[in-house]
Amino acid sequence: MDPSPESDPSHEPHSAYPEDAYEGGHGPYQPHEPGYGLDQPGYSPYEDEIPDAQARMLAIKNAKAYLLKTSTKSGLNLYDHFATILTKILDEQPANTVDIIETISQDVKWAQFRKKMDTLRDEHLIPPTFEAAEKCKALFIKEAGEEEHEELDEEMGEPALPNVMETAFYFEQAGIGLSKDECYYIFLAFKNLISVQPIQTCRFWGKILGLEMNYIIAEVQLREGEEEEEEREGEEEETVAEEKEMGEGEEEEEQKEKEPEPPKSTYKPPPEIPKEANGTGTNKYVYFVCNEPGKPWVKLPPVTPAQIVCARQIKKFFTGRLDAPIVSFPPFPGNEANYLRAQIARISAGTHVSPTGFYQFPEDEEEEEGGDTYEENPEFEPPPVAEMVESLAMWAHHVKGILKQGRCVWINPAQKSEEDEEEGEEEEEEEEEEHQEETGQPLLTLISEDEGMKNIPAWTAQASTNLIPEYSIAILQSNRWPGAYAFASGRKFENIYFGWGHKYSPESHTPALPPPAEAEFPSEPGITEAADPTVEEELAFKAAQEEALAEAEEEEEEEGEDD
Amino acid sequence: MEALSLPAALSLVAGGGAGLSPELRAALGASLPLLQRDYRFERVWFWGCIQGVRGAYYIAQGLGPDRAAPRSRLYSLNCLDWSLLTPATEEMLALAEEVKGRFQGDPSFEYSLAEINPEAAARLVQSGKEPVMKEEARLIATIEQIDRAVGIVPRGAFVKTPLGSVHENRHFEGLSLVEAKKLSSYFHFTEPTNLKNKTLLEKADLDPSTDFLNSLEHDIPQGKGSWSIQLEKGGSVVVLRSLLWLGLTFYHVPMTKQFGYIYFGTGEKNLDLPFML
Repeated sequence: MDPSPESDPSHEPHSAYPEDAYEGGHGPYQPHEPGYGLDQPGYSPYEDEIPDAQARMLAIKNAKAYLLKTSTKSGLNLYDHFATILTKILDEQPANTVDIIETISQDVKWAQFRKKMDTLRDEHLIPPTFEAAEKCKALFIKEAGEEEHEELDEEMGEPALPNVMETAFYFEQAGIGLSKDECYYIFLAFKNLISVQPIQTCRFWGKILGLEMNYIIAEVQLREGEEEEEEREGEEEETVAEEKEMGEGEEEEEQKEKEPEPPKSTYKPPPEIPKEANGTGTNKYVYFVCNEPGKPWVKLPPVTPAQIVCARQIKKFFTGRLDAPIVSFPPFPGNEANYLRAQIARISAGTHVSPTGFYQFPEDEEEEEGGDTYEENPEFEPPPVAEMVESLAMWAHHVKGILKQGRCVWINPAQKSEEDEEEGEEEEEEEEEEHQEETGQPLLTLISEDEGMKNIPAWTAQASTNLIPEYSIAILQSNRWPGAYAFASGRKFENIYFGWGHKYSPESHTPALPPPAEAEFPSEPGITEAADPTVEEELAFKAAQEEALAEAEEEEEEEGEDD
Repeated sequence: MEALSLPAALSLVAGGGAGLSPELRAALGASLPLLQRDYRFERVWFWGCIQGVRGAYYIAQGLGPDRAAPRSRLYSLNCLDWSLLTPATEEMLALAEEVKGRFQGDPSFEYSLAEINPEAAARLVQSGKEPVMKEEARLIATIEQIDRAVGIVPRGAFVKTPLGSVHENRHFEGLSLVEAKKLSSYFHFTEPTNLKNKTLLEKADLDPSTDFLNSLEHDIPQGKGSWSIQLEKGGSVVVLRSLLWLGLTFYHVPMTKQFGYIYFGTGEKNLDLPFML
């Protein structure tokens, strides 16, 4: 870009390329045109300003020297800066360069700084992207012991692995679901779960979003025998802990007897409602969660009625860490893992539906209202999709609803307390009267019986497409638990949940108020306040006592005399 | 999000479980370019979907040369036939705050204000109008509220020219991974309210061409904020989900120009947010 010494700066053509001068229509000048001859040296209009070539050369050199002056602040000079900018522009040729010229100039300057100041090489940072990619790749690796597992599966019967991709396809017709990649990773993660845990049936329950991480949840039925072992282990741990507590309690009591004891509180906490046995009611299924496919699966503990009752009263976001504490009022008995399990139980009980008639009560047993078992109906004929969409009576719940108590099957809490019988039988009788048996809806009730909230029905049914009715499927969305969906197409149906894990309420959530303050002491005569007697009362009392003494002495004297 | 990059973008926000069926995607691919042609928009953004009880509204936005100018909004019930919505007025916004509950799914449905807020109803009757609110007006107001409250863009993605108009920054290469995890790297794409409240020290660091909007750091509630930032796929996508308007998802692929936000939800504000954190 050096201007050649011969060319006169005042004679610059209108553009950088000399050919363009002709296209502009400015030359070669004809004799009759004004401007003829001005391109000859010595005849330009600026001749009087720069008289001779020597001075012109000097002017150019001065100008270039000025441009090459190094800045005291940054060490750059304008000449090199322009050269770099123009090189960059000519290399990249962006559109509308003149509008972004300032930004280009800034970028060039920044680039200069980066190169000059770093004499040390940056540590090669490994972004977490690659770690995650490693984990995902690990999912794809087939284990060596796979062949043995396959033989076992054939003996067991149906494959335990759910066809996650097929379910994902059907839900995608309704616009619900994760991206295909994520679905496939989840599929592989399930395969890992099955190879590690003794699982009989397994299902993708859904995904619950959290603040820091999300949860992917698998609903699983463990093979019988495995569950019992775990229960026994749990119980043993509990009894050992209780024995320890008893030992310590005895020591404390001995110490206490020496000191005068403060008045004991008469508050008796309501009897703890026992949780339902594994395999029944709210604990019918075991749930495994993981934060992302590729991370290890964690088993959630069984849910207790107290946790469900409390979960109904609070509304908290999940953070994504299972050991996070839940700070709430009423205080939640457990950490996030328990809260998650309680919400899963509520959602399952409220929104797991199937086409009416798909499941039936087994004919051998008597049809009790508290029946918990159901089996597939071999004679089920799937109704057409249009009917499934129009009438909600074509769908039925196949999970028992949870009662107010927090269990699916009502239990009288007074019956269990054998220890309390010694303390007060009267109190027990009163409690029995208060606890009325709660009945919920029996299993396999139609969802048309679900109550709506205000003027919103509990369910919204749609067909996946109106344009191609032959291949459309029926989709159900729950309005009570936003995020719960179900689809049915022929004999296939499935439920799933994608959401934050909270129930919908038309009104805002109002937290429970704290209970009224407890009275401090039971009112014993030694503690109740009484006004101090006035002086007159004291004197009157003293006089009455003296009279009584005097009477008693007279009587004794009389008796003594009699003797 | 950009109509042209819709398929790729939808797979990035699918982590929340909400998306569009293949039929709707195909319909959008056909109808959004037609929208651009008919209304002479420079850019068309697919804003998202509001689920009503009986149907869903699909919303698109069209932008003119100045990206910060009020946008034209259109809605459709089937992603094929679009109707233009009138701009939101303050009165509409005030009334929409009163109406609670789900959308019905029928644009001509009328909410009777007499039940909800008798004062507002009385005011309307006095001014000669009926004391009802149409669902369409509620829709307009809700979209405006969502955009104002939680419509976000990464820092540096838009520049303000000296003339005052706002354009995409052609030199925006994307946020780095470290920047992407910070709430201060994202701006609300609306009129800024608290730029003047910043201390002089903070103002010195700002670049007036890119920092002309409110950042997310000051969103109430302070501290945890009303956003959940997650890095998905080990950091290859950063996803922000709003906790105030559940259903709004913003995605950005760090070190690239891809970003956008979309709303899939019921159109209700989450007023229980303080209790839930």
